[in-house]
Amino acid sequence: MDTLDLVWLIPALPLAGFLTLLVLGRRLGEPAAGWLATAMCGASFIATVVVFAALVGEDLHHRSHVYDLFDWLVVGGFDVKVGFLADPLSITMALFITGIGTLIHLYSIGYMHGDPKFSKFFVYLNLFVFSMLMLVLGSNMLITFLGWEGVGACSYFLISFWFSKDANASAGKKAFVTNRIGDWGFMTAMFLVFATVGSLDYSVVLERAPEIAPVTATAIALLLFVGAVGKSAQIPLFVWLPDAMAGPTPVSALIHAATMVTSGVYLMTRVNPILAQGYDWGPDIIAWIGVLTALFAATIAVAQTDIKKVLAYSTVSQLGYMFLAVGTGAYVAAIFHMVTHAFFKALMFLGSGSVIHGLHDEQDMRRMGGLRKLMPITAATFIVGWLAISGVPPFSGFWSKDEILLYAYDANPALWFVGLVTALLTAFYMSRQVFLVFFGDERWRDAPVSETSEAEASAAVVAAHAHPEPHESPWLMTLPLVVLAGLALVGGGLNLPFTSDLHFLERWLEPVIEGNERVIDVATGTKVGLAVLATLAGLFGIVLAAGIYLQKRRDPIEPQILADGWRVDSSIAAFVGGPGQTGFEGVATFDRTVVDGAVNGVAGAISGGGKGLRLLQSGFVRSYALGVAVGVVAVLAYFLTRTGI
Amino acid sequence: MIVAVAEVTPAWYLILGSILFAIGAVGVLVRRNPLVMFMCVELMLNAVTLTFVTFSRMLDDIDGQAVVVFVLVVAAAEVVVGLGIIVALLRKEPAATADDINVLKG
Repeated sequence: MDTLDLVWLIPALPLAGFLTLLVLGRRLGEPAAGWLATAMCGASFIATVVVFAALVGEDLHHRSHVYDLFDWLVVGGFDVKVGFLADPLSITMALFITGIGTLIHLYSIGYMHGDPKFSKFFVYLNLFVFSMLMLVLGSNMLITFLGWEGVGACSYFLISFWFSKDANASAGKKAFVTNRIGDWGFMTAMFLVFATVGSLDYSVVLERAPEIAPVTATAIALLLFVGAVGKSAQIPLFVWLPDAMAGPTPVSALIHAATMVTSGVYLMTRVNPILAQGYDWGPDIIAWIGVLTALFAATIAVAQTDIKKVLAYSTVSQLGYMFLAVGTGAYVAAIFHMVTHAFFKALMFLGSGSVIHGLHDEQDMRRMGGLRKLMPITAATFIVGWLAISGVPPFSGFWSKDEILLYAYDANPALWFVGLVTALLTAFYMSRQVFLVFFGDERWRDAPVSETSEAEASAAVVAAHAHPEPHESPWLMTLPLVVLAGLALVGGGLNLPFTSDLHFLERWLEPVIEGNERVIDVATGTKVGLAVLATLAGLFGIVLAAGIYLQKRRDPIEPQILADGWRVDSSIAAFVGGPGQTGFEGVATFDRTVVDGAVNGVAGAISGGGKGLRLLQSGFVRSYALGVAVGVVAVLAYFLTRTGI
Repeated sequence: MIVAVAEVTPAWYLILGSILFAIGAVGVLVRRNPLVMFMCVELMLNAVTLTFVTFSRMLDDIDGQAVVVFVLVVAAAEVVVGLGIIVALLRKEPAATADDINVLKG
């Protein structure tokens, strides 16, 4: 058997873990359930590595292998198989999903310690990993969509994991409903693809992409982008991601930073031939939405006080960078940034989880400070993540962000400039967070700040009364931090810009994006200049934050409107609650009266007609005879008068 | 004067046939007794047979008379079955009408 055929094992192992835990989860209890889930995810990682090795062994242009498991839907010309596609892109995704997934599973054993729903958490987590792997490994759009919905459902389950609190339950609902809008785009795109090409298999669709009319290709690409906007939290559908932080922190790290939210970027990269076939303004829209989201979310992150909200907006912002890369044809840079971002953002989320754990469920950064002495490992690893996202060389974030900015500069200097400003802001707000949490005065003994939101306040009140000293987290939680910190440090090595020999990721992904990657024409001097500028912007942001939050030379500028996220959320709520609700009620009335009326009318007419006809079947022999007689007379009359017999 | 005896033309037979048919049809429609209705049906059948024979003579075509022989055979068989049903019905329900034929159900 071909080693590449083992690709089905990659999603099958987490599925097995999910099913086992579903049946035996409660009996296994803590911590056995957690260890089982971790083992399954780890085994899946090993399977991915095996497939990866087999794929490397293949010749460059044979690095695409489809393994069909069974026929799923066969209806006329519509034939969908449950099949898996092993190619450089999907295996890259699978590697970091299972790799980081395993680390986060491990972390969760420590983080969820003592939770009454411990085993259920791992049921969901395994289901999530399975769905995510279906998403990236599916050999056709329908399997991808299946995974797409699966991760959405898991995201919903896990955001509202502690559903006894109202805010958590509604955050889950918000994520689910917002994602529906994106799913509409994905589904419509699928219909369009099937109508145009007659197949949903990536191998067929992408092969025949050059035959699609440009207008159709643009429509498909933009509809898929609508799906990506929902899943990857871009303008205007980003509102669910900050609220999604209501879930347990490992969930935020795995789903809402490293993997699920990047599936939009994966999808756009997967269909890059369609994007290339469409009009040029299609990718331009993607690039602009990406870069504006990056800037917009970065401005909001500057004024957040919740440790996880800062990271959430930061994730939205970094995803914006990835879409900027996709829009400018820098697919390698997008995937590169996706991987490095997964390293450092998962690291920082897990770090923030460790802080929250150490401070007994305190999330308000105004009540932290000086933690580096008490939580040395968390602090050290968090600082690595901070330097990586701020774009300080040689940390991984520098290399990937620099590549995105380089391609943006080549496409349109305006895009590059907005990206640069965002880089400055990113460095600023991340430094603010690090200084507030790990440096400065120890503020965790202070009374809770009054204006915190309900959920935080209730947690804080409990914490304020009995606040023992913060402590470092157990090794189960610090080990993943250390591993991720190492990856965040050296992750840039995947694709170093110096010589073409060091473009590992680019050469690896070449079969997938062949011919559609932008070819840039920028002199080496300019490249160096851009990198220096980006680094300076990052350092300037750090120095600025140090001046304000560390040395307190100036009062922080944190306008309320930024803390409220430019009031986008409340505006949407007001719109949907006011004119929106009236409109929806109108639609509901229309549905009740006109649509239901038509349906009920047809039913009524048929049953009325039936009642009328029933009278004919009276059972009286003579009335039948009368009918026959009248009929005969009528027929005779017809023949006599009309045909003149 | 010798009263001229009207010659019997084929039209007479046709008129007689249609009168018999009308009597039969009206009988089927207005009577409730199954036996009478059955007789009326026979009457209609024979009215039609009469017109067949008449046309056969008028057109000098033996086919019409051949059909009559078939009709007679079929009518004989039909009478056997029909009378059997009616006797069974009236035995079960002496005052039964044609509409009560469903009392013979299982």
